[in-house]
Amino acid sequence: MPPDLTAPAAWLPLFFFVAMGIAVLSYVVLDGYDLGVGLLLNRTADHNKDMMIASIGPFWDANETWIVLGVGLLLVAFPLAHGVVLTELYLPVTAMLIGLILRGVSFDFRVKVNTSQKPLWNFLFYLGSLIASVAQGVMIGRLIVGFESGFLGWVFAFLVGICLPAGYALLGSTWLILKTEGELQKQAMGWAKVSLWLTAGGVGLVSIATPYFSPEIMNKWFVMPNILWLSPIPLLTAALFLVVLKSVSALQSGTSKKEWVPFVAVVAIFWLSFFGIAYSIFPYVIVGKMTLWQAAAATESLYVIFWGAIVVLPTILIYTFYSYRVFWGKARELSYQ
Amino acid sequence: MIDTLLLSRIQFGANISFHILFPTISIALGWFLLYFKLQHNKTGDPSWQDAYQFWVKIFALTFALGVVSGITMSFQFGTNWPGYMEVVGNIAGPLLAYEVLTAFFLEATFLGVMLFGAKRVSQRVHTMSIFLVAFGTTLSAFWIIALNSWMHTPQGFSMVDGRAFADDWFAIIFNPSMPYRLLHMMVASFLTVSFLLAGLSAYRYLRGCRASANHAVLKLALTAAMILTPVQIVLGDLHGLNTLEHQPAKLAAMEGIWEGGKGVPAVLIGIPDPKTQSNRYEVSIPKLASFYLTHDWNGEVKGLNDFGDKIPPVAPVFFAFRIMVGVGLLMLLTSWLGRWQLRGGRELPRWMAKGLVLMTFSGWIGVLAGWYVTEIGRQPYLVTGVLTTAEAVTKLPTGMVLSSLLAYLAVYVGLLFAYIWVVFYLTRKVDDKSIAQPSIIPVSASTTNPLGAQ
Repeated sequence: MPPDLTAPAAWLPLFFFVAMGIAVLSYVVLDGYDLGVGLLLNRTADHNKDMMIASIGPFWDANETWIVLGVGLLLVAFPLAHGVVLTELYLPVTAMLIGLILRGVSFDFRVKVNTSQKPLWNFLFYLGSLIASVAQGVMIGRLIVGFESGFLGWVFAFLVGICLPAGYALLGSTWLILKTEGELQKQAMGWAKVSLWLTAGGVGLVSIATPYFSPEIMNKWFVMPNILWLSPIPLLTAALFLVVLKSVSALQSGTSKKEWVPFVAVVAIFWLSFFGIAYSIFPYVIVGKMTLWQAAAATESLYVIFWGAIVVLPTILIYTFYSYRVFWGKARELSYQ
Repeated sequence: MIDTLLLSRIQFGANISFHILFPTISIALGWFLLYFKLQHNKTGDPSWQDAYQFWVKIFALTFALGVVSGITMSFQFGTNWPGYMEVVGNIAGPLLAYEVLTAFFLEATFLGVMLFGAKRVSQRVHTMSIFLVAFGTTLSAFWIIALNSWMHTPQGFSMVDGRAFADDWFAIIFNPSMPYRLLHMMVASFLTVSFLLAGLSAYRYLRGCRASANHAVLKLALTAAMILTPVQIVLGDLHGLNTLEHQPAKLAAMEGIWEGGKGVPAVLIGIPDPKTQSNRYEVSIPKLASFYLTHDWNGEVKGLNDFGDKIPPVAPVFFAFRIMVGVGLLMLLTSWLGRWQLRGGRELPRWMAKGLVLMTFSGWIGVLAGWYVTEIGRQPYLVTGVLTTAEAVTKLPTGMVLSSLLAYLAVYVGLLFAYIWVVFYLTRKVDDKSIAQPSIIPVSASTTNPLGAQ
């Protein structure tokens, strides 16, 4: 079924499918931690809220750009799927955008208004993060079931919609362990433990439900020999959950100082889960209906972006790394000075 | 008739209208901030530092609103206009992709360093990050306007099986209307920011602020506006001639010309009526339109009746054009008068300061009116001669589009009020805080000058 990959008409769409995957994964991990911080905002005292937001302030804008690249690559490389996907996801996309709008502006409004209005913008920051996270979960769920519109298809989508915020909260709390100190860091360790159990439950539920809802996906996982060479994915994921649990406990009891371990382990969990979903969907853009080759744009147009992407993407990585290095270490109060 | 097409058009119009307000400010304000920073680096004068400190707050807020509304735009293509990408995706796609790859990441990443990194990086790197943010926003505008202009004056492609395929990327990017549209928009951005700077500086002045930073910004803004308004009028005229050549139906709607021919009159005012195909209450000057459009009193100009049913809604284009021109003339008048009043270190009369405060957001009105002229004027086409708006619209149920439209409108109206309120609030707050700073020195030559400065 895969076409001859030496022909540009075959490998270019594949290249963009992988690039789109990397953009979406980068988005989920990067905006995931700052959405997670937003979800946790209401659980702490006011002076800690400022520090939480300071820990993501210099990064959130660039983090969010990855979703624009993701949807951009979808419309550039797969124009025929772009309209179908976004039409099917109309309502969750609208909800997500409104969530992202509320959240993005709250960053700035909350520090500029007088103190009496600050709780309102803090609340909108939290609400926006929640709406955006749930909506993204619903979108992933709809994508996995190939936009199956039956009742159970929607139940599944909402199941993912509830699980994703738990995963984001886990990312956010381990990020805070890395970037903060003292009382707030202690709180973050507590949040990490709670969201770890919720996330583990979510990943487990979704892993069981996905093949149930999609016979197509069932056939890709649970046949010999696939099941053998795919088994490291769930096993490694389970091991990583244990790593997070142990390392947070060690940090709590003071027997370890490796504050980066939980965050890195959670990022690895997201990578594995993402690979699982990507494997389930491949080679479809719309499960069961349209493969990536059927949806691809003209080869000449793909070439035009290919050369640009080859040059520009490494540059983006370099200056992204640079900006993380500038803001390395514990977060400090944000000021324009 | 409320249908999905109309609702999608209203929704897209609302989104793009809301979005464009913020890039219009951030494009030019970025360069102004770089200028403040460079002046401070060069002269060491703390008033430029003060100006940077204050205006960077407005910039950050504006940028955030631009980012979030821009993300919405990037999704709207697919959610409401799936036919657009299906037909011209091979051309629109790469242009949008290059915007994200070359500009979007650049500005978003260095914004963090610019806003919060001043104490973590060297002055040189900080200045560089301001430059990269300003450069990124301008580069964004370049790509977006290249695509938008191509939709108005498409070339460099061929149609195969109902889909556009690119033949010549240089011809696509540098299409006939692109240079005019880009320059017109860039100057519009600088004018918008000039009046924003002047308006808020005048507001601080009226509230008793005599900081040298404030006066310097006011003077700079009025000088910039004084130079740029005539430039903009010339650019607008050139853009109009380009429109006459490539989109004559739009131009006929702007001018309110129904019957074409030789020696057509310039319509000053009137109410276009599509039923009678004429203007009610028309006041016009004979032969003038032919003269300024063709530079010949008897030059031939096409009228709306020459285009059958492929004409845009006339009234909105006709009135929006007059609003844009009106705002431009008002800007010309205020900037020349205001700058003249400031000559030789004089103070602004209070009535003029109040006038400038009223004109703080006048650029927005001009820009919106201008965009309505050009975008409504393109109708019924989405891509001139290639794809109509009706062909590209989603087939979603009306109720779904209506609910999203209402949600967006509620958010946009709320945020617009919040933005304007916060901008004025920040302006008030800055003086409450900085009253004790040493850079506060009397500006006016007519008042006593205890510090002996200036």
